[in-house]
Amino acid sequence: MKLTTKLMAFSAIVSASSASAVELEVMHWWTSGGEAAAVTKFAEAWDATGNTWVDGAIAGGGDTARPIMVSRIIGGDPPAAFQFNHGRQAEELIEAGLLLDLTDVAEAEGWAEIVNPSNLLDACTVDGRIYCAPVNIHSWQWMWLSNGAYEKAGIPVPQSWTEFAATAGDLEAAGITPLAMGGQSWQQNGAFDVMSAALVGIDSWLAVNRDKNADVVLGADYARVFEAFGAARELSAGLNVQDWNQATAAVINDTAGAQIMGDWAQGEFALAGEIAGEDYSCLPGLGEIAVLSTGGDAFYFPVVDDAEITAAQKELAALFLSPPVQVSFNSAKGSLPIRGDVDLTTVNECTQKGLDLLAAGDLLPDVNALLSPDTKTQLNDLMTEFWNTPSMTPAEVQSAYADIIADAD
Amino acid sequence: MALSEATDAGRAGPTKKPTRLFKNMASKIAAVPMVFTALVIFVGGTVWTIVYSFTSSGLLPRLKWVGLDQYERLWNSRKWLVSIENLAIYGICSLILTLVIGFTLAALLDRKVRGEGALRTIFLYPFALSFIVTGLIWQWILNPDLGLQSVVRGMGWESFTFDPLNNASLVMFGLLIAGLWQGTGLIMCIMLAGLRGIDEDIWKAARVDGIGTVKTYIRVIIPMMRPVFVTSLVLIGSGIVKLYDLVVAQTSGGPGLSSQVPAMYVMTSMFGGQNLGQGFAASTMMLVSVVIILVPWAILEFGGKKRG
Repeated sequence: MKLTTKLMAFSAIVSASSASAVELEVMHWWTSGGEAAAVTKFAEAWDATGNTWVDGAIAGGGDTARPIMVSRIIGGDPPAAFQFNHGRQAEELIEAGLLLDLTDVAEAEGWAEIVNPSNLLDACTVDGRIYCAPVNIHSWQWMWLSNGAYEKAGIPVPQSWTEFAATAGDLEAAGITPLAMGGQSWQQNGAFDVMSAALVGIDSWLAVNRDKNADVVLGADYARVFEAFGAARELSAGLNVQDWNQATAAVINDTAGAQIMGDWAQGEFALAGEIAGEDYSCLPGLGEIAVLSTGGDAFYFPVVDDAEITAAQKELAALFLSPPVQVSFNSAKGSLPIRGDVDLTTVNECTQKGLDLLAAGDLLPDVNALLSPDTKTQLNDLMTEFWNTPSMTPAEVQSAYADIIADAD
Repeated sequence: MALSEATDAGRAGPTKKPTRLFKNMASKIAAVPMVFTALVIFVGGTVWTIVYSFTSSGLLPRLKWVGLDQYERLWNSRKWLVSIENLAIYGICSLILTLVIGFTLAALLDRKVRGEGALRTIFLYPFALSFIVTGLIWQWILNPDLGLQSVVRGMGWESFTFDPLNNASLVMFGLLIAGLWQGTGLIMCIMLAGLRGIDEDIWKAARVDGIGTVKTYIRVIIPMMRPVFVTSLVLIGSGIVKLYDLVVAQTSGGPGLSSQVPAMYVMTSMFGGQNLGQGFAASTMMLVSVVIILVPWAILEFGGKKRG
């Protein structure tokens, strides 16, 4: 009884003292070690303003988290803010008028001047209005190579995909699987996407993914990519792993030569205590055409019927892009900041390559910003079938790929 | 006298219908919430799903009619065809094997073996685990680097290969092993209860007539256990159609598309692809196939109930 009264008194004090602050529930799917540490930076910065960050983490990745977020928004119980990959995932929610227009914040904070590259902000813009706050840049266009594996095979680390494919036989002779590839469809389609941008060049890649030109898919340039991807199937035989980080682990352990994966893989190398340039090498754009795709995460804010919360949502949006938060968050997460006027605390050789490309403007829009989730799912299915069906020829998959692109919206 | 006659006449006359309606009032009132749930949630939800399967709904449902486009795309999709084929393989094997293994185990336990209680618990235990846990356990057991294959190789048989989950033509059987491990225990218990319900005298009569044990089981006992088999069939059948979580946990549909199932197709198109219309079309087809199988069977089984 006494304890209950004490607790009640205590909770009364707590609620009284927090009455002036606004509680915002923020939903996201950052649950791995490095990711959780990065979210804490946001939470600390928000709590320091006198408000309260209510963490709504959902384990299981974006495909698990997005339906939960969407059902809460449609069901009339929206969180104050939620993470999406910016691009076309939130398109319909914006059209339905469920998300807060952040244009006034963007204008007051001058996002148009500070966000670099500017296409990140374009991905947040619908009909001239801005609906999301981009927080980081992640790029798919990387190949990670194990220096140890090449040392074992007695050959120098290749500097391009062509060299890699030519020397794959030497790795196999040394008992090393040349290419580590996880079993999930998004990894296989993602790798194909990286290979196509690197092997056919930016213009053709944009013609297919942005302009949905199926004739380019059927052309001779793309035929080369399908051939190369088909040949790569044999390079991964013998390594049966599902998750991307298991495939990265094979590169870290020197049992596999290389992996095509986004820059989030660098977190795994760092966690294993490997040093860029010494233990592993990285090739942006597979060493053929060095470009960086500019995907990443962004926060969206559902419309709520409470002026106080709306004001707090806008305050939070501005905070996400403020220089100190950008530095602390991206340093913890291993991603690149979305503004060009800040410096990260720790930069290794590979991150530096990324920053150089960013500064030089050798950039591609992220595929999530160009293709609808529906089209992407179809491509994932097609490419995983191709990867796992040795009897399927590059010509077959080429025409099926062209059909999907022709139907894409 | 006259009064009671009048009441009798009244009861037999126009009030007859209401009496039947209001009979067992309490139980009817108690059933109202369930009837309401069934009508609104199940029937209403089903009709809603079917209606929206003719629209181009994306992330949000919207009434933009596209006719049979979603169905056309569905039946042109190789993934959907593979899913159906996989479900058919899994379904037929699972149905037959669960019944056979379940009944055999029950019959063996029924022979009054020692430690029946312990054995029954052991067989039933996997059923207490969710499909997700079952899938993960078997993913590890069937993993060539951690599980069965490495154990057997460690014992000296170096060339032993057992890697169904990474082999497109065997992967459904890898799933089947896990499904059977999880599900047969329950069927065994139901069968065992059925066997215990058989009168001792039947066995005595069979023994007097000199009929062998196996023959008694097949010719006498199984036909007598018809209701038990029907219950088991319904349980197994519903488990097959909704097969989803086991696949997600064990293979997530791979390698490639080789262990995709219809329920997974529905989930990926609705939530991964943000294409509700396509998901609704697929789930409507699942419903149609269940109805095609179920309705004639239900009419045969329950329609002619008059025979007593």
